[in-house]
Amino acid sequence: MRILKLIYKNTLRHKLRSSLTILGIAIAVIAFGLLRTVVTAWSVGVEAAAADRLITRHSVSFIFPLPYSYKEKIERIPGVAEVSFSNWFGGVYKDKNNFFARMAVADNIFDAYPEYEVPKDQLDVYNKERNSCVVGKDIASKYNFKLGDIITMEGDIYPGQWDFVVRGIYQPKYKTTDGTQMFFHWEYLNERMTKEMPGRANDVGWYIIKIKDPSQSATISEKVDALFKNSTAETKTETERAFNQGFLASTGAIITAMNVMSFMIIGIIMLVLGNTMIMASRERTREYAVFKTLGFSGKHMIGLILGESMFIACLGSFAGLLLVFPIVGSFEKFIPKTFFPVFYIEPITLILAVSAALFIGIAASIFPIQRVLNTKIVEGFRFVG
Amino acid sequence: MSEIIEVQNVSKSYWRDSLEISVLHNISLKVNEGEFLALMGPSGSGKTTLLNLIAGIDRPTKGKLIVAGTDIAALGESALAKWRAASVGFVFQFYNLIPVLTAFENVELPLLLTKLSKAERRKHVEDTLEIVGLGDRIHHYPKQLSGGQEQRVAIARAIVTDPVLLVADEPTGDLDRASAEEILTLMERLNKEFKKTIMMVTHDPHAAQRARIIRHLEKGDLTEGVEYENIKANI
Ligand SMILES: Nc1ncnc2c1ncn2[C@@H]1O[C@H](COP(=O)(O)OP(=O)(O)OP(=O)(O)O)[C@@H](O)[C@H]1O
Ligand SMILES: [Mg+2]
Repeated sequence: MRILKLIYKNTLRHKLRSSLTILGIAIAVIAFGLLRTVVTAWSVGVEAAAADRLITRHSVSFIFPLPYSYKEKIERIPGVAEVSFSNWFGGVYKDKNNFFARMAVADNIFDAYPEYEVPKDQLDVYNKERNSCVVGKDIASKYNFKLGDIITMEGDIYPGQWDFVVRGIYQPKYKTTDGTQMFFHWEYLNERMTKEMPGRANDVGWYIIKIKDPSQSATISEKVDALFKNSTAETKTETERAFNQGFLASTGAIITAMNVMSFMIIGIIMLVLGNTMIMASRERTREYAVFKTLGFSGKHMIGLILGESMFIACLGSFAGLLLVFPIVGSFEKFIPKTFFPVFYIEPITLILAVSAALFIGIAASIFPIQRVLNTKIVEGFRFVG
Repeated sequence: MSEIIEVQNVSKSYWRDSLEISVLHNISLKVNEGEFLALMGPSGSGKTTLLNLIAGIDRPTKGKLIVAGTDIAALGESALAKWRAASVGFVFQFYNLIPVLTAFENVELPLLLTKLSKAERRKHVEDTLEIVGLGDRIHHYPKQLSGGQEQRVAIARAIVTDPVLLVADEPTGDLDRASAEEILTLMERLNKEFKKTIMMVTHDPHAAQRARIIRHLEKGDLTEGVEYENIKANI
């Protein structure tokens, strides 16, 4: 009891120094949380990818289309459960800055992506209409889209003016599911292309193949690609995870750097707290000699120093944790939702931050403790700071 | 009268780099229980060193120390710490109070190592502060006290566990005349009324007069002469 009180009083001894250290730890926890959250947001696409989905694209690049006729051929491969497809529509909604993914899709797209949850009645209406669309709940709230609204787009990849009626709003099933996309009927796109630009009729951006057994993904991928070998449009098939990772690979260096940085912050703050503790225990050299003279043991000294170090580390990380939520929250408002579709603090980030703080508390007290234990009483009394 | 301190052929050296500095040479000294001894000598003669050895906060290079019935040079660290807590009270020149603790809390410190209950501790601390004349300064912090008052708190801390031996290293060295007198009077009272054996190091002949015996240390040797300067006053 008394020891706790003494720890508390010792911490308040140099109010400015203790506050600055606590502030430093709080800032470090916030920076750690923010960096880890960005890293998570970046890699979420990979984590969210289902293992039972393959993506087939043009072997050169996915900006080159594939023929619609491939669908039937792929469907005949054993082990394939369902084949869906999608075209990147692009387009401009009112202003170039209003960016979100717009996709012309096969009617069975929501079977292939069960994580986009569309209410049954809305889906029925959507399926009956030619120029209907389904939007994610995040863009629905951002642009205030309601059922029945008409969205007018200026096409770029597919020129002309395009009208879509909102008939469905999908809910992302998981926290990691992207809620910022817009889907409409590929048929609607294709009809107009057949009429206006026949050369681009029946083009498909990429195929999404749902397979029955995820362990067969490699074999089936090979079979698909073998099927179209030596055709005018050769394919490249890979799991959705690999597909997303390919996208990630280009930003991998940045992610690695951020990862390293987040742990460097912990290292720096360890030095800051370590320095505070070393200064404090140097100043109190005589007092420790007094404690020992009175019969207090090494255990008591460890308790005093470790206790103070942990107390500061805990106050700092607690303040940091309190602040990291509003800060990540406001950060989220500033970056477009479509840039990081999901942006939230993972529990693991919090656990890491808290255990890092505890670790820092312990590590920072090692040197001062060692010094106090190794200083003889008479040396302590003769010590002049 | 039984001996409470028995120093037998004690030597003490320090090493600086590989150079041996011999501070005490083959010292022997006996002090009876209930004695008030002043140890005098020039600066650097080894007074503090001898006092520290007797009080068990330093160890001899050679020789035997039997204090309060225990061969303390033979004790391990933690046994020695326990022995100190039970048998010796310390008073230093610069008081050495813990600045963040009040007078009460400072005096309570040694009692935290005992099995006394909170209420018992409170009673002991209050009684002891009363003895040293600081019953009205219980909740003051060291920096709110004068030097003499701080030293009285330190004396209270030294005697609160009721040790048989009190060691004091220049307890008046940092005080003005009047405060020094108060402290010496208090020590005298502790010796006479509370039967504490006191060993006090001092530079000040005036202070030494208050003790019953004066011994001199010269360059690490105890001189033969034993002065009973104060005997007349005591009779
Ligand atoms: N820990 C130590 N390491 C090295 N030398 C020491 C140590 N402690 C004491 N000495 C040396 O031992 C000698 C005696 O020191 P001590 O402190 O006992 O003297 P003193 O008689 O108390 O002097 P003063 O009156 O100035 O307090 C001095 O020369 C001192 O430098
Ligand atoms: Mg001295």
